[in-house]
Amino acid sequence: MPKAEVLESPSVRRARMSNAAVPERQFIRFTRLQRILHICMIVSFITLALTGLTLKFSYTKWAAVLSHLLGGFESAGNIHRSAAIVMFGVFLTHLVDLYRLKRRVHGSWRALLLGPSSMLPTRRDFTEFVGTLKWFVGMGKRPAYGRWTYWEKFDYFAVFWGIAVIGSTGLTLWFPVFFTRFLPGSFLNIATIIHSDEALLATGFIFTVHFFNTHLRPEKFPMDITVFTGRMPLEELQRDKPREYEALVASGQLEQKMEEAYPPIVIRAIRAFAWVALALGFGIVLWIIYAMLFAYR
Amino acid sequence: MAENKVVRWNSNARLGIFVAPILVITLSLLFSESGRATGAEADPPGAECLACHGEKSLTTTRAGRTISLYVDGKKFATSVHGSFGCTGCHADLEGKDLPHDTPAPVKCGTCHSTEQEQHARSLHGKAVARGDPLAPRCINCHGNHDIYPVKDPRSAVAPLKVPFVCGQCHREGTPVSRNRPIAQDNILENYSESIHGEALLKKGLSVAPTCATCHTPHLILPHTDPASSINRRNIAATCTKCHSQIETVHRKIIRGALWEKEANVLPACVDCHQPHKIRNVFYTQGMADADCMHCHADEKLRRTRDGQSMFINVGEVSHSRHSKVACSQCHSEVNASRVRPCETITRGVDCTSCHDEIGKQYISSTHGQLNSKNDPNAPTCKECHGTHGVLGKHDPQSATFPTNVPGLCARCHREGQKAAIRYVGRQHEIIANYTESIHGKGLLKAGLTVTATCTSCHTAHRVLPRTDPASTVNAANVPATCGQCHHGIEEQFENSIHAKRISGSAKELPVCNDCHTAHAIRRTDEDGFRLDIMQTCGRCHSEIAKTYFDTYHGKVSKLGYAKTAKCYDCHGAHDVLAVTDPRSHLSRANVAVTCQKCHVGATRRFAGYLTHATHHDPRKYPFLFYTFWGMTALLLGTFVIGGLHTLLWLPRAFQMRRELRAAEEKASTELGESVDKEDSDAQS
Repeated sequence: MPKAEVLESPSVRRARMSNAAVPERQFIRFTRLQRILHICMIVSFITLALTGLTLKFSYTKWAAVLSHLLGGFESAGNIHRSAAIVMFGVFLTHLVDLYRLKRRVHGSWRALLLGPSSMLPTRRDFTEFVGTLKWFVGMGKRPAYGRWTYWEKFDYFAVFWGIAVIGSTGLTLWFPVFFTRFLPGSFLNIATIIHSDEALLATGFIFTVHFFNTHLRPEKFPMDITVFTGRMPLEELQRDKPREYEALVASGQLEQKMEEAYPPIVIRAIRAFAWVALALGFGIVLWIIYAMLFAYR
Repeated sequence: MAENKVVRWNSNARLGIFVAPILVITLSLLFSESGRATGAEADPPGAECLACHGEKSLTTTRAGRTISLYVDGKKFATSVHGSFGCTGCHADLEGKDLPHDTPAPVKCGTCHSTEQEQHARSLHGKAVARGDPLAPRCINCHGNHDIYPVKDPRSAVAPLKVPFVCGQCHREGTPVSRNRPIAQDNILENYSESIHGEALLKKGLSVAPTCATCHTPHLILPHTDPASSINRRNIAATCTKCHSQIETVHRKIIRGALWEKEANVLPACVDCHQPHKIRNVFYTQGMADADCMHCHADEKLRRTRDGQSMFINVGEVSHSRHSKVACSQCHSEVNASRVRPCETITRGVDCTSCHDEIGKQYISSTHGQLNSKNDPNAPTCKECHGTHGVLGKHDPQSATFPTNVPGLCARCHREGQKAAIRYVGRQHEIIANYTESIHGKGLLKAGLTVTATCTSCHTAHRVLPRTDPASTVNAANVPATCGQCHHGIEEQFENSIHAKRISGSAKELPVCNDCHTAHAIRRTDEDGFRLDIMQTCGRCHSEIAKTYFDTYHGKVSKLGYAKTAKCYDCHGAHDVLAVTDPRSHLSRANVAVTCQKCHVGATRRFAGYLTHATHHDPRKYPFLFYTFWGMTALLLGTFVIGGLHTLLWLPRAFQMRRELRAAEEKASTELGESVDKEDSDAQS
């Protein structure tokens, strides 16, 4: 047994240890629907990125190989549009979910949008941002973040922006004959540039900044699986979202929002999926860097 | 009148056959009545003589034979010599008392000196000089007192009578034909059946050649005599006296001028059209084919000089294109009078003596030029066509049959062979490329004999390098060359912007092979062609081809898919015109229809899509340029902020991790577990 332990990687060891040592009950951070939507988003986003970038970087050998693997440019186009439908679906489902959230929990849009768990940027987010920068340079303590930090809110609205910009231009390129009934033909050229550069921004940002902020941060390395399990160890909540934790303790609602952790087999499956997504994401980043720096024309 | 003439000539012709016997009979009849006629008429010249000689009974005896001395006064009076009187010819009787002695023989040469002289040099004259009793003198052909002008039907040597005059001696069975060495036999029979004889004797054409036309009337010489009109060297001149236009008739077969200049290398008229048997058909005779085969049928026959086999396979020749051509027509220097007729041959066969036009082409070609420099690599006629077994290009067995041509040319032009080695141009793997090309597949795989093969473009005999302005593959001539088959395309091309006439450009403009290649021509609906066309057009249109790859069509092409629009799908292929031209596929009026080929329902506004747009040109496409840089600024800004945020975060994150590990360690030591080693792992 000791020998086997020696061979364990730190992450596996931690998982084993947490299974053994951490209390069985964890804090519920995401609903089941939110988790499903995030998985759907990962799948459709990576698919969109891979199929779309074959066209954007068509001058690289990789693009041609990938395009053939995907069954040709027409097949890749169909996959791209299917993934886009999934993405639109995710977006619309989330909007509907927000509406239901308003009705069941908050009662009014005002409560939803201006309450303590609002996704909208607030003045406090600004002070926390300044506080964080101070903390970075050693001029203060780490701010006591609430349920959503300012970078999480940024990521969240980045998706709104992306859906609007990439989605609208994507539709224009999908139905050029229809759109040129009332738009000039050269708008298709503009749409192409916006669609592809915004997509580059989205993929680049998600696969580097978002990955780091949520998964690769040394204290969470190699990944944070909360978004897949929906559960968060209580001490992590305490450490990362102290303001929320304290508010929950104060209101006495904490116990309601606890549930049992998933068995190890589920955790392992989730990790496997997350590894694939991470690897694909990094692969795409490397490809982008290669294409931009070494093969750009 | 004409009718009368014909009738009279016909009767004369019939009469003529019996001219000589009748003359004799008449003379003998007249002889019995001699003395009846008296010299009543004193006026006409010779009336004095006719007082006695007008009597048919007047005879004398010479050397034991009775000879009539009767002279028909009427005939004499109307003859050419009628006005001269008797003593005009019998000058020695002038003033002699009657009865006079036997007169001296008449000397026609006194007046007819030229003819006399010619006769003296001729075969006949020499025989007379030898004292040959069979030798003919003037009188034997022309008669004596009844000589009429040659054109007078009554003349003994009128054209229609000549064969009979000559036939007196040269018929079969006469002493002359039996006892004198005459090469030809059945002369009169053959002649009368020949085209000449038929014209003269059956059709009554007095202009048809008679014996004297070819043999001359007086200067008759054996054919072996170089001065003879029927000698090999002179026969052409003799025949062309009448057949003056024979050059044009034979122009595709024989260069007429050579008959006179180099008669020795050419077949003479009589080699094909045998003397006396001439008919207006081709003759299957061989001057001496059998004589040649006497030796050359021997399979073991070798040339002493170099041991080369001299065996001729008769079967090969008889199945060849030249099966009806005699050996001597090609091997023209043979001399039939030798035991080995071929020993006089000094040079090889010259095909141009018949194939004159092709010969001229060959001499002007690269092959011919090399040959004239005595280059050992130069192909001559036989390299491609073979020798005795030569077959026409329509014979599938022939090396020059369309499907065999690539293989034939490949003997020298295949990579590594002698022509490919000395070639310095840019075409390589010619044969391999051709075989895989649309033409090669059409010809060799589909077996379409009308498919273009080497000679279709390069010509068979006028092969010249493309740098030569006269070459069929010179850039200026390529459209016409390809247009031989692709006529409709050539028409389109000649009206396109790529045609000099339309563009008026001084630059070098593309022709067929610049886009389609010369030997590796592919189907234009194959992916390979469609994907390479941008590079092909891009050789000249480099900027516009580059920007094509910045838009969707180009990007998909770059990925290796042929389906999206390529240059010619929009601009047209052979009918490409400036987009400003109203006839262009991309003109204002036509562009929407062009887009609709793929984009159903495309409008004029849809066509406003910039297929060659680039965001690198702020002057041409400012809105694209600024959109791109706006997006790039957004991208860079986001990454700079996000990146800086992350970088600043890192040290704190590592600090947190260390603290976390310390807390974990503390917790685990509290649990009493020894994890020293693992801790060090975690620390690293």
